[in-house]
Amino acid sequence: MGSYIVRRLWQGILVVLAVTTIVFVVTRLVGNPVDIMLPLSATTEQRAAFAHQIGLDRPILEQFGTFVWDAIHLDFGDSLWQRRAAMEVVLERLPNTLLLLVSGIGTAIVLSLPLGTIAALRPGGIVDRLIVGLGLLGLSLPQFWVGLMLIITFSVVFGLLPTSGIGTPAHIILPSIAMALPSLARLSMLVRSAMLDELNKQYIQTARAKGMPLHRIVTVHGFRNILAGFLTMSGWEVIYALAGFSVVVETVFAWPGLGQTALQAIQRSDLFLLQAIVFCVAILIVLINLALDIIYKLVDPRIDLN
Amino acid sequence: MSLDIAAPAARRPFARTGRLLLEIWHDRSAAFGLSVIVVILFCAVFAPWVAPYDPGAQDLGARLVPPFWLERGSLAHILGTDHLGRDILSRIIHGSRASLLVAASVVLIAGTFGTIMGLWAGFRGGRTDSVIMRIVDIQVALPALLLILLVISVVGPGIATMIVVLSIANWMVYARLVRSIVLSVRQLEYIEAAEMIGCRPGRVVFSHLLPNLISPLLTLAILEFTNIILAEAALSFLGLGVQPPATSWGLDVANGKDYLFVAWWLVTFPGLCISITVIAINLLANWVRVTTDPQEREKRYARHRAGRRRQAARQPVGGQQ
Repeated sequence: MGSYIVRRLWQGILVVLAVTTIVFVVTRLVGNPVDIMLPLSATTEQRAAFAHQIGLDRPILEQFGTFVWDAIHLDFGDSLWQRRAAMEVVLERLPNTLLLLVSGIGTAIVLSLPLGTIAALRPGGIVDRLIVGLGLLGLSLPQFWVGLMLIITFSVVFGLLPTSGIGTPAHIILPSIAMALPSLARLSMLVRSAMLDELNKQYIQTARAKGMPLHRIVTVHGFRNILAGFLTMSGWEVIYALAGFSVVVETVFAWPGLGQTALQAIQRSDLFLLQAIVFCVAILIVLINLALDIIYKLVDPRIDLN
Repeated sequence: MSLDIAAPAARRPFARTGRLLLEIWHDRSAAFGLSVIVVILFCAVFAPWVAPYDPGAQDLGARLVPPFWLERGSLAHILGTDHLGRDILSRIIHGSRASLLVAASVVLIAGTFGTIMGLWAGFRGGRTDSVIMRIVDIQVALPALLLILLVISVVGPGIATMIVVLSIANWMVYARLVRSIVLSVRQLEYIEAAEMIGCRPGRVVFSHLLPNLISPLLTLAILEFTNIILAEAALSFLGLGVQPPATSWGLDVANGKDYLFVAWWLVTFPGLCISITVIAINLLANWVRVTTDPQEREKRYARHRAGRRRQAARQPVGGQQ
């Protein structure tokens, strides 16, 4: 187990290194930070001064070395838009995103288990068809549109909930629903098909034949056997959301999290802030992946990690 | 003599298409999906002739006109107009082009590249395989959408940027699928036999391996098509995709966002189009998956026969067993 964790950690470091390299290549070689970040009206002297300040006049390898060194120290320079350290802005906005993730993806994870199971109990029945239909909707509706439709329905027409922003508990309801919907659809379809497979196995029929009540079959045998796969997929849902899909929901609801900040950084050509966000999200994803692998092993001892 | 042989061979493709269409027709949801897709394709291809107005034509005298069934609405603008007096229906019809163009290009480019990489990795094995798969693993673990945003912000938004970036971000799924199939098929005797009698690697790959890939690749490509449509819509909604004066469904939703309180139809109809398109393609993909899988086909055939028999015997239809 220990050597396995070390190996996964090593892979995680590779991923973070890959992200750092991609960010460096994209921002320094594909584009020119001076052109991107300074306004068109900047004079030649201003451009030269800025290039010198961020080290653009040095050899490219030295630049990369400094870039990696600074990244290790979580120093991404100052956000031009906010006029303070980019990392400070990231750490300020990160909790909001995590809050949205927990309430949105958390809801999806909690609801998908019963929904998928109920559907699997009577495949082809009316409840099953209803849940599968809802799953199709969840997979097919664009998240940003669902968000806007929720605002129109609950805020504009009925006036029940606030349209956007953060503050009271009521503010988090609509963004969470928009966030949860696609994950809920994917996860309940997964639970449904895994449960169907499991319930068709012979040992389940034996259990039924000897008179074990259905709810015990489902909870004792069914859940336990689909748990590993379900946890992995749930982890992937968190990663998907973190890796970018919160951008859309946060923009629709003006939720001041990392996603919205990333978009604002792009609109204000604030490259350093964007770099900091990408780097931090990459580290978070690596950590979640690592945690998932460990949980996976704990839940399902049959898995041989080596 | 040669005519006698040629004639049935020439007629056969049509007969097969006919049978296929008949089979789709028997599945209600697949038939619905296919008809919606045909309508949308027609609109996209013939947009200038189908659309009642120019999508960019402004009419400041007729701003924010609601759809025709509401009061103040008129049949001149069936789905109403936006904040510049542009006809929503015409914009939706033209907007379908961006979605389909981007999705088709990305699926084609990413699918081809991914398939080649998967074939290469699976067929060569060894070091080639481990290098390619390591790249795939790392790329899967990257925060894809954030990197896409970063690249777009540096290169500048536009349809071409979007196609390139989404292709780079989506080839891995194909590579993984193709590799896993190649690995399992390579073990089979007929491949071994082909190699034994001295077939060149190219021939083994193209005439023996590739046919095994068609049905799973087709299903994956259709599903990926819906993912790309949703990605294009999201990017355009964020202002990083299609740029005005071009139109796209996602862009129209973004434009209407500021008028949520006074004109719900601005965001509702373009979004509805995205949803209906994706639902239709998903329904068709489901049918393709079942149809190309022999086991599922058998099950469906058995269900069909059982249903017919029940009907013929005029027995009351039993429960859902």
